[in-house]
Amino acid sequence: MVNLGDLSRASARHLLDKDCPPFETAPFVAGPPLRQRQVAIVTTAGLHRRDDNNFNLSDLSYRVIPGDVRLSDLVMTQASVNFDRSGFQQDVNVVFPLDRLREMDGAGKIGRIANFHYAFNGAGQLPSAFEATGREVGRMLKEDGVNAALLVPV
Amino acid sequence: MRENTERLRPPRFLWVPFELGRPFGAPDEREFQARVLRAALALLERQGPPPILDDFPDNAPGDGPADMTGWSCPISFPAPEATDQLALTARILDEISSLTPWQALARERRGRTGLGAAKMGIEDSARFLHALWAAGGSTDNPSPTLSLGQTFRGASEDMKTFYMEAATARPSRVSSRELADWFWGETAAGELLLALHPACLESVDAGVRRVALGQLVPRAQLHRLNKG
Repeated sequence: MVNLGDLSRASARHLLDKDCPPFETAPFVAGPPLRQRQVAIVTTAGLHRRDDNNFNLSDLSYRVIPGDVRLSDLVMTQASVNFDRSGFQQDVNVVFPLDRLREMDGAGKIGRIANFHYAFNGAGQLPSAFEATGREVGRMLKEDGVNAALLVPV
Repeated sequence: MRENTERLRPPRFLWVPFELGRPFGAPDEREFQARVLRAALALLERQGPPPILDDFPDNAPGDGPADMTGWSCPISFPAPEATDQLALTARILDEISSLTPWQALARERRGRTGLGAAKMGIEDSARFLHALWAAGGSTDNPSPTLSLGQTFRGASEDMKTFYMEAATARPSRVSSRELADWFWGETAAGELLLALHPACLESVDAGVRRVALGQLVPRAQLHRLNKG
């Protein structure tokens, strides 16, 4: 989500060296129009409610963010220090655009906002390490009737 | 990054040219954020074939050299050479005292604060961090619920958050780079965290060592300040 040229050489190399094997299959489904979709956000920004446990380094667990959460209740304990946090400190929506989603919902542009969103700590582990908890969250999204998942890296 | 995503080949992907940490562009830019969100969700109505990799066409508001001039922190601190006689803790507590009204203003205007990772007050976080540094990476843990490494991590994050919230209380076009350079290069708090980096790499506590290794000082700042 960033221009390589904007990073230091060491940071760019660090990110490029991540093991990112292609998905073995290419599932692709169409679906109803956006105005009929139930939308959930899945973030890797290490967000959670203030009273939840902080994320730790190498944390593979997730936190549940209720759809009606007050954004003032969200904090960030993502393990990496190598991205900007000052934007989030000023406005949660620059990372987790729930207010913008609520506006689209209010305008009838989406069907509805999901009852639950999910947050991971997207650092300290390779993507493959998250398969088990990723599948678990996928099952819960499906059971909740979510048919539009917005995956937002940080 | 686009390069990694092209290797992964997800079904649908919107690439945005924004800095790490700002996937929707810029804070307090409601319409711009909405445009990014609409562009991402619009991919759901595309019929394929996969992978669909779209590029968002615009840079974030305020991005670029034209906006990177003239910022200064609301509070200016004495130059370190003028305060060599003061203990580092005293200098940090002075900074906190000076910044507290601005942090309170930011909290009031935004209706929120990101503080709280250490589960203790900001002055206590400063004292704990100084004690940890003075003792070479191992000291009494003031938290009954967090490990020493977790307290270290939380206290260091709370320090950064407090300073950043205070420094951005006054509306401006300050860039994240300017903010980071200010914190790490011009504040006593940044000086303490930089000193903790080598000290805690030698800690007897494995959790403290892990934090020092990769969760304390940004890679870019270690490089900029020749600390890496």
